[in-house]
Amino acid sequence: MSHAAVADKRPSTLRGASLPKWTPWAVALGSIAVACGIGAAAGLSSHVQWGVIAALLFLIGTYVVAAQVEGRRQAKDRIATSLVWVAFLLAVIPLVSLVWTTVARGVKVLDIYFLTHSMGIVADSQPGGGIYHAILGSLEQVGLATVIGAPIGVLTAIYLVEYGRGRLAQAVTFFVDVMTGIPSIVAGLFILSLMLIFKMQPFGFAGSLALAILMMPVVVRSTEEMLKLVPNELREASLALGVPKWRTILKVVLPTSIGGITTGVMLAIARIAGETAPVLLLVFGNRFINANPFEGAQQSLPLYIYQQYANSAGANAAYDRAWAASLTLIAFVMILNLVARGIARWKAPKTGR
Amino acid sequence: MAKRIDVSGLTAYYGSHKAIEDISMTVEPRSVTAFIGPSGCGKSTFLRTLNRMHEVTPGGRVEGKVLLDDENLYGTGIDPVSVRREVGMVFQRPNPFPTMSIFDNVAAGLRLNGNYRKSELNDIVEKSLKGANLWNEVKDRLNKPGSGLSGGQQQRLCIARAIAVEPNVLLMDEPCSALDPISTLAIEDLIGELKERFTIVIVTHNMQQAARVSDRTAFFNLSAVGQPGRLIEIDDTERIFSNPSVQATEDYISGRFG
Repeated sequence: MSHAAVADKRPSTLRGASLPKWTPWAVALGSIAVACGIGAAAGLSSHVQWGVIAALLFLIGTYVVAAQVEGRRQAKDRIATSLVWVAFLLAVIPLVSLVWTTVARGVKVLDIYFLTHSMGIVADSQPGGGIYHAILGSLEQVGLATVIGAPIGVLTAIYLVEYGRGRLAQAVTFFVDVMTGIPSIVAGLFILSLMLIFKMQPFGFAGSLALAILMMPVVVRSTEEMLKLVPNELREASLALGVPKWRTILKVVLPTSIGGITTGVMLAIARIAGETAPVLLLVFGNRFINANPFEGAQQSLPLYIYQQYANSAGANAAYDRAWAASLTLIAFVMILNLVARGIARWKAPKTGR
Repeated sequence: MAKRIDVSGLTAYYGSHKAIEDISMTVEPRSVTAFIGPSGCGKSTFLRTLNRMHEVTPGGRVEGKVLLDDENLYGTGIDPVSVRREVGMVFQRPNPFPTMSIFDNVAAGLRLNGNYRKSELNDIVEKSLKGANLWNEVKDRLNKPGSGLSGGQQQRLCIARAIAVEPNVLLMDEPCSALDPISTLAIEDLIGELKERFTIVIVTHNMQQAARVSDRTAFFNLSAVGQPGRLIEIDDTERIFSNPSVQATEDYISGRFG
C-alpha cells in the first residue's frame, strides 16, 4: 500500500473549510445596506446612528458567518480583526471629515492677498483683509519659544540620561511629569502674574515664554526616550578610545539620535503652534502688523481664528477668514511634520552597504 | 610602545556587591595573556578595571593598584580619559559608530581627541586598517557606513579603530564570541601580529582559542554564585593546558565542571 493511498483515507486535520477572501467586503456591504434600510424605515435622522448600526451588524454578521462555516476559533479571530477595522474607521472618519471641512470652507478666501494683508482697515463684518499679521506673530512667538524651550529641554534630557543619578534626577523627572500636565491657561496665568508685577502691557515675547513652558516637558520626554535608545556599547566604545564624556555625548550620542530628537522638537512646535489661551492672555491680539515681539500687542493664528469667530457677530466674511486661517495653521503644522520626517530619514544611522 | 601591567591586591565592586577579590598578576609587554573561567567569575570586570572602564558602570568602584610601567592607574590625579588613550579596548559585540563611514570610524579616536594633523590622518587610517587586515576589503568603500560590513569585518574595524590611537595595551573582551570560525581565524591571526607592537589581554570562553593565541593564561573561578571571583592561577599557556598546578584548573580545562 502506498503512502498516497493512506493519506487519502484519513481526513486531514490541517485543512478546514475557509471563507473566500471577499467575505469581509461582502459582509461590510451587506451590513451597510441593511443599516441604511433600517435607518430609513425607522426614520433615524442622524447618519451617525446609521453608521453605528452598520458597524454592529458588520461585527455580528462576521461572527455568525465565520462560526457557521469555519468554526468558533476562526470566528473569534475574524471578530478581533473586524474590531480593529471598526476602531480604525472610527478614528479616521472624524479626522478626514475635519480636514475635508477645513479645506472646503478654507479655500474660499485663501489667496496671496489674504496671506499678505492684515486686518488693519477692515471691519470684522466686512469681506477682505488677511492674516499676514497673524502669520508673522505666530512665527515670531513660536520661533522665540523654540529658541528658549528646545535647548533647555534637550539639555535637561541629556542631564537625565547621561549624568542624572539619585535625588536630583528623580526630582527633575517628577517636575517634568508635572509640567507635562500643566494646562496651557495656567502657564499663561503664570506669565501674566509676572507681567502684572512688573506693570507691563501685553507683548509677543510674553506669549513665547508661556509657550516655552508648555514646550519644554514635551521636548524633555521625547529626547530622553531617543537618548535611551542609543546603545550603551557606542558610549563605551567612544570612552574606551580615550574620548572625554562630553565629547562622547556631543559627537557620538547626539548624532546617533539626532533624527529622533528633531522629530520630537518638531512635534512640540506643532503642539504649541495651536495654543490659544496663553496667547489670548499675554499677546492680546492686534488688527495691525506688529513685527516687534518685544513691544506691543501682536496677533497669532489660533487667536485670530478665535477672534474672527467670537467677535464678528456671525458675519459670513469673518467665518470664511477663520476657516482660511485654520487651513493655514493646519498646513503650517503639516509642513513642520513633513520637515521633521525628512530630517529624521536624512539623519538616520545608515545601514546600506 | 608596549607596556607592562602590574596588578596587586585588586578588588572591584558593583555598588555593595563585590565582583572580584584580591587579584594580583603581572602582564608582560609584547605578549598575549588570556583570561579563562566560567561565566560570572569576573574576567570581564577585571579586564575593565585595567583601563578604568569599570567605573563607567553606575556604582562601579575599585580598590588596589594597577601599575602601568610603574604608574598607578588608580593613583591620585590620574585622569581616566588619559588612561583609556593608553589602554585601548575591543568589545564582545562589534560596535562601529552607526553615523560614521568606515574612514570616520577609524579616525574617530583621533578626531574626537582633537590631537592629530590633517595630513597624517589618511596615512594613519590606512596603516590601522592594514594593521587590522581589513584594508584590502574596504579600500574601495571607505566612505560607506561601517555598519554595512559583515560581523567579522565590523570587529576588525573596531580593532583598527582601537589601534589607530596607538595605545600601549589592547584589551579584548571575548572579541570572537559573536563571529563565525573563519572570521575568528582572521582575528586570531591578527592578534598574533599585533602582539609584536602591543601588550594584549584577551578574555575568552573558548579554551582552544586561549591555547592557540596566548603566551600566558590566567584561570579565574568563584567558589559559589554570589561570591566574588578570584584568580586561581596564572602561568605559561603550555603549562596551564598540560600540567596546571591547581586541581580546579585541570578540572575546568578537561571539562569536568563549568
